[in-house]
Amino acid sequence: MTLDWPVLLPLIFAGLMGLSILIYVVLDGFDLGIGILFAMADDDERDTMVAAIGPFWDANETWLVLAVGLLLVAFPVAHGIILTALYLPVFVLLVGLILRGVAFDFRAKVPVHRKHRWNFLFFAGSLTASLSQGYMLGVYVLGLDDGLAVFGFGALVALCLAASYAAMGAAWLIYKTEGELQRKAVRFLRGALLFTALGMVAVSLATPFASPRIFEKWFTWPEIAWLTPLPIITGGAFLWLWHLSFHLPLKGDRHSITPFLTLAAIFTLGFAGLAYSFYPYVVPDRLTIWEAASATESLGIILVGTAFVLPVIIGYSFYAYRIFGGKATELTYD
Amino acid sequence: MDALILSRLQFAANISFHILFPTITIALGWVLLFFKLRYNATGDGAWMRAYFFWVKVFALSFALGVVSGVTMSFQFGTNWPGFMETVGNIAGPLLAYEVLTAFFLEAVFLGIMLFGFRRVSNRVHTLATVLVAFGTTMSAFWILALNSWMQTPAGFEMRDGVAYATDWWAIVFNPSFPYRLAHMLIASGLTVAFLIAGLSALRYLKGDRSDSMWKALRTGVFLGAGLIPVQIFVGDMHGLNTLEHQPQKVAAMEANWVTRPNVPLVLFAWPDEEARENRFEIAIPNGASLILKHSIDGVVPGLNDYVGNHPPVAPVFWGFRIMVGVGLAMLALSWATGFFLLRRGTLPRPLAYAYAPMAFSGWVATLAGWYTTEIGRQPWLVTGVLRTEQAVGPVPAGQVGFTLTVYVALYVTLMIVYLGVLTHLALKAAKDGDQTPMPGVRNEPLAQPAQAGE
Ligand code: HDD
Ligand code: HEM
Ligand code: HEM
Repeated sequence: MTLDWPVLLPLIFAGLMGLSILIYVVLDGFDLGIGILFAMADDDERDTMVAAIGPFWDANETWLVLAVGLLLVAFPVAHGIILTALYLPVFVLLVGLILRGVAFDFRAKVPVHRKHRWNFLFFAGSLTASLSQGYMLGVYVLGLDDGLAVFGFGALVALCLAASYAAMGAAWLIYKTEGELQRKAVRFLRGALLFTALGMVAVSLATPFASPRIFEKWFTWPEIAWLTPLPIITGGAFLWLWHLSFHLPLKGDRHSITPFLTLAAIFTLGFAGLAYSFYPYVVPDRLTIWEAASATESLGIILVGTAFVLPVIIGYSFYAYRIFGGKATELTYD
Repeated sequence: MDALILSRLQFAANISFHILFPTITIALGWVLLFFKLRYNATGDGAWMRAYFFWVKVFALSFALGVVSGVTMSFQFGTNWPGFMETVGNIAGPLLAYEVLTAFFLEAVFLGIMLFGFRRVSNRVHTLATVLVAFGTTMSAFWILALNSWMQTPAGFEMRDGVAYATDWWAIVFNPSFPYRLAHMLIASGLTVAFLIAGLSALRYLKGDRSDSMWKALRTGVFLGAGLIPVQIFVGDMHGLNTLEHQPQKVAAMEANWVTRPNVPLVLFAWPDEEARENRFEIAIPNGASLILKHSIDGVVPGLNDYVGNHPPVAPVFWGFRIMVGVGLAMLALSWATGFFLLRRGTLPRPLAYAYAPMAFSGWVATLAGWYTTEIGRQPWLVTGVLRTEQAVGPVPAGQVGFTLTVYVALYVTLMIVYLGVLTHLALKAAKDGDQTPMPGVRNEPLAQPAQAGE
């Protein structure tokens, strides 16, 4: 194939979409995770936990809007197929996101005796949103089929993803808090890691049965040679994090951000693996990125804007994270 | 009911819920900036109190706007796949630019605007407020470019049933866009003006006479009084523009069944779609010809020219009348109140009683206006290009019915809570008056201008 714009642009957009999904999963992963951990915290701790994500969650969720937007913009046909096939899980996701998004604000503004109600909704919304994302991932991996086996696989991935979000949440708390809550977060992290590991093993075992195509893509020579490092590095990072979790928190709060960064790296590796499994399809086994792409001129005009704006967005996002860096303190409007 | 009608209801329910909150945040961002700048200039803490009260309303409205907006962005794919498949080459870039230039700007700087007061310098905080306000306005710009393009498409060509862009300038600045953007931005200003004045009137009625209440009240009343004549003027121009590009919509708005000169302006009627005539009509002779053609024997197009190709008449007719009615009520109330505030320096109780329920009049007018616009576009989704029934997806009616039910239940609940919290905040502020301390302002003398009288 020759490398001209009609070939390159869909590739670039697939890459951009992948990037924004990855950023979304890492960033909203930690705030959804903190929502899940709400179930295990007491009331004072909850205020601190919300303070640890308060200034960020809206921007984090915007990456999801960008990812869906890019899917819609760059691969309109695929967008229609995927979202109509996942109609109900998408709906559950949206209800979850609505509940947690408003609970966030309402819990601090309703009369005090109603607060626990919104705390519960914050937890329930976060959990539902995480589960439905995992479920959709599972169903998508299996080519948007239906049936009991697909449902089972989806459920498995759902639990696995929710557990790993909880791990992200715990890691973020280790970074943002101190004292008793930080020690508690370390325990959360260990628990969540355990579930994540279990889930990952189960998913890896189920995948070859569920999708022979993906199995074949991985276990053929010579691909397997340069793919092997991927799971090995992932496993290594996992074990190292597990080991570290027994020593945290360290003196002078050293390594408090390390669990989060390690998990982000693990997510990135896992994501790379997934991307490899799917390439070159946007709808597994049905539509390649070139078949689904919109007109070259339209992609071109978005790319120009993206090339200028995305670096700016990333720049000011870093700025905001820096302003609210350090340990979380009480959130006030003044 | 089939999936088409259910999907339409679901879309209408979602967008109607969504639009309420951007309508507030678009203009409230700028009003907050105004409060902040007044404080920077005068050092009068009452401005900052007004800011802190309204920034809470802003945060709540923003949260609801975001979560319902995220829902919106999935709707195209889940319910209207045919829309993107046909006009995706045009709608796509407009939506993408909205995300890139508006959503991220708002979302990131919102954090600094809401929670950063003590963490950044006063100047950076003001800048964050500017950027958030600018971001919400940009959202309106892009989404209205898309919506207006759907009303009056331009700058494209059809190849194999798919729209391809030929001229992006013509697409964005399509014939109805300038009018729609201006009318919508002013609508947002009016909604906020009446919300602020209305909630302040409620505080007034509860006995609150604090400085911050007066400042907010005056801002709301004068903003409303200033904007409403402009809105009526712009609305009239918008209508003339629609007459040029979508005459069947105007015929439905006026419930004018036959093309003829000397068309009366119908004030009240029950449009009967079966008999194709109005019942119980009360009308001003020659009125419509005068307004639309600026001469009493001007020929106004009627619905008989568009049989089978025009929108349902009654909702468009009534939507339009509700909007204009609310507009006239706004004019009367804000000018009367403005007069008393300027000349007598007081707020007579009857006017306060009238203002409190008008707090949400902007919402009513906005929804009525949008229903006129959107139902008036039917049966087309994109005028002349794509019919609504061609765009609907393959999802079974049962599923759509289920999701629609849950959305509506959720939205009704959230609306009740939102209104409850707003009232709770207003009553609490009325009780506290200007008594509560303002910690952030006092603890950081370097970052903030000096407090008056401290
Ligand atoms: C506070 C809100 C508000 C108020 C007081 C008014 N409008 Fe309005 N109107 C809107 C808010 C709005 C809106 C919600 O923003 C709409 C819907 C779509 C749009 O572009 O603006 C609209 C649409 C709209 C349309 C439809 C255009 C089309 O579909 O192509 C016309 C003709 C008018 N307006 C005219 C008026 C007139 C003559 C008014 C005089 C009182 C008026 N509006 C008051
Ligand atoms: C500016 C962005 C908007 C876009 C892109 C947009 C797009 C659409 C689409 C795709 C439909 C198709 C569904 C249908 O025909 O039923 C629709 C219909 C509709 N929209 Fe909009 N809309 C916008 C704004 C609004 C707003 C702000 C409101 C109301 C407050 C609104 C009210 C409606 C209603 C009531 C219908 C149903 C019309 C009918 O089915 O008779 N729209 N719009
Ligand atoms: C089909 C139509 C629409 C879609 C798909 C849509 C989508 C969205 C999304 C995804 C968000 C959240 C952005 C974030 O994460 O910060 C949002 C917020 C917003 N939307 Fe919409 N929207 C639509 C219609 C409209 C209309 C008609 C207006 C106004 C004229 C509007 C103005 C805004 C504004 C100002 C915000 C900022 C958040 C807020 O202030 O509440 N949108 N929209």
